[in-house]
Amino acid sequence: MALLERGAYGFWLGELVGGMALTLRYFFKRKVTLNYPYEKGPLSPRFRGEHALRRYPNGEERCIACKLCEAVCPAQAITIEAEPRGDGSRRTTRYDIDMTKCIYCGFCQEACPVDAIVEGPNFEFATETREEMYYNKEKLLDNGDRWEAEIAQNLELDAPYR
Amino acid sequence: MIVQGLVFYLFAAITVASAVMVISARNPVHSVLFLILAFCNAAGLFVLMGAEFLAMILVVVYVGAVAVLFLFVVMMLDVDLVEMRQGFLQYLPIGGLIGLILLVELIMVFGAWITSPEAGAVASVPILPPDQVSNVEALGRVLYTKYIYLFQASGLILLVAMVGAIVLTLRRREGVHRQSISAQVSLKREDAIEIKKVPSRSGV
Amino acid sequence: MAEPWVLELWEGYALPGVIIVAQILAITAPLLFFVAYLTYAERKVIAAMHLRKGPNVVGPFGLLQPIADAVKLLFKETIVPAGASPVIFLMAPMLTFILALIGWAVIPFGAGLVLADINVGILYLFAISSLGVYGVIMAGWASNSKYPFLGALRSAAQMVSYEVSMGFVIITVLLCVGSLNLSDIVLAQQGDYGMFGWFWLPLLPMFIVFFISTLAETNRTPFDLPEGESELVAGFFLEYSSFPFALFFLGEYANMILMSAMTTILFLGGWLPIVDIAPFNWIPGPIWFAGKIAVVLFVFLWVRATFPRYRYDQLMRLGWKVFLPLSLFWVVATAGFLIAFDLVPNT
Repeated sequence: MALLERGAYGFWLGELVGGMALTLRYFFKRKVTLNYPYEKGPLSPRFRGEHALRRYPNGEERCIACKLCEAVCPAQAITIEAEPRGDGSRRTTRYDIDMTKCIYCGFCQEACPVDAIVEGPNFEFATETREEMYYNKEKLLDNGDRWEAEIAQNLELDAPYR
Repeated sequence: MIVQGLVFYLFAAITVASAVMVISARNPVHSVLFLILAFCNAAGLFVLMGAEFLAMILVVVYVGAVAVLFLFVVMMLDVDLVEMRQGFLQYLPIGGLIGLILLVELIMVFGAWITSPEAGAVASVPILPPDQVSNVEALGRVLYTKYIYLFQASGLILLVAMVGAIVLTLRRREGVHRQSISAQVSLKREDAIEIKKVPSRSGV
Repeated sequence: MAEPWVLELWEGYALPGVIIVAQILAITAPLLFFVAYLTYAERKVIAAMHLRKGPNVVGPFGLLQPIADAVKLLFKETIVPAGASPVIFLMAPMLTFILALIGWAVIPFGAGLVLADINVGILYLFAISSLGVYGVIMAGWASNSKYPFLGALRSAAQMVSYEVSMGFVIITVLLCVGSLNLSDIVLAQQGDYGMFGWFWLPLLPMFIVFFISTLAETNRTPFDLPEGESELVAGFFLEYSSFPFALFFLGEYANMILMSAMTTILFLGGWLPIVDIAPFNWIPGPIWFAGKIAVVLFVFLWVRATFPRYRYDQLMRLGWKVFLPLSLFWVVATAGFLIAFDLVPNT
């Protein structure tokens, strides 16, 4: 009996018809596409995007040139040179990140004692040349100024879990 | 009529030219392609004669199937032309002989028109005039009534050839895993797996 | 007044020639338009079945996408590989494209609406579709590269195999019609039962065999082994770029439409309305014909979105061990049935 049933099922192409019915059902379902440049998915506060160097609210840069980020960076993408500034405080003279090397692991922001280097929510920073991906201190501080509001909010939201 | 004549000479000229290229082309694949061109133009000639059924059958059978297999084989052969040209001349006598026989036969066929003009009429007697029946029907009548035994015999010969080819190449080798699709498809969950409750600290 | 021979030349040859060229343009121009929008429809339908939206950026609903694609292809560089044999390499896409177009000469779009109403129309279509394999083989061989070559070999074997059962299916239909003329085949399906009198129902197994064979014949999924991208990169048109590639592309899709037209004529009653009563038979025949072709094409796309690709030995098994005996049996059964109940047409 089972054989007969099986044979009839095969004769009427049961498997094929079943498969096609499934795809036809999906044909009428609601589509899940996001029209990317116009619509974007939600980002977690922990999202690790483009790097930025932050400042204190009075405009003083946070980085104290402890070089912990340089030491922890697994891709060795960070290069720091430092010397005392005129007022005696220790500051970086050079803070470069090679974004082509960076693996966006977030160790630098974990290591930073003053929350100076952070990975912001921006992920749309593609460039046309490799040279543009070598970020220097000026570029990173600039990023920090531009994204400060979002970065501060993300840090605040994520703070309870750290 | 002028246009028809021109088209005839066009088809005929291309047929002959590509037939020449079949035997003179250096690359065997080019030869087969020229052969196909010759077939297609021959089909065109058939159409001009009002034998559209034969034309289409020529294209379907020879161009669509036979020449594809030719091409298939020729493409895969790694023909070394230099090696092939060696000792080419030793076949000249037998090739020339066959060519000569063919030539004589052709002369005899065409000579029949002159020596006995009624010979052509005899051959076309069983076929009704083309304005009364389509040539599909005319061919069918001849093939399935007068020549039915020959037709069946040729079919049998082809069948024997096919069966022979299969018998020569088919062999069941031992130790080869074969797929049985129906067995795979009809396999049920119960036949394939077994779920056992295994108490801890004791094996199955 | 002109010389009489000039007049004769004009009326005898030039004027009919001009009319025929105009008719050809009237068929090919919409055809190319439909081919372009078939690619769009394919992307939209498959996207919908994948829960995506498909192209929607170029123009409203992405309707200008095919034009953008064509422009992109035209502005690219035509590359002929150094090891290729250039004449055959460039002839192959032309052949594919021409063959996809010349088949339309015998397709009846409506009652009497046919460019060449020849006696052996169905055989002509069959011959054209069997020639289609040459474009693929020539492309594969002339590319002088391993993947195209493998694609060409697969395609040759596949198309020859499926043509056999396709031929038998056509013979079954011819047994029921008694004519090789395409208009006669459509008219033979006219009757009191509307769409249930068309041949798809009485010859249902043959209809399915024919449809699956057309999938194999046009190298569509699940039989797209000649161009299987996961194993042969792109198969036989791997080395093509720019306009030759576009010709292959157009040819392939035009061939799909041609095969759908053939299915429509053989099994779905051509230009006949679903039922021959008032609101349905007001719609002109060509629109019914186009609508039926669209339905068949939708199934083509639907199948592509549903089934995975066959393995090559499964493909050959299906062609030779399933379809061939089945269609052969059905030819004999149909002939026996027609004789037994004295239904043979034209006697």
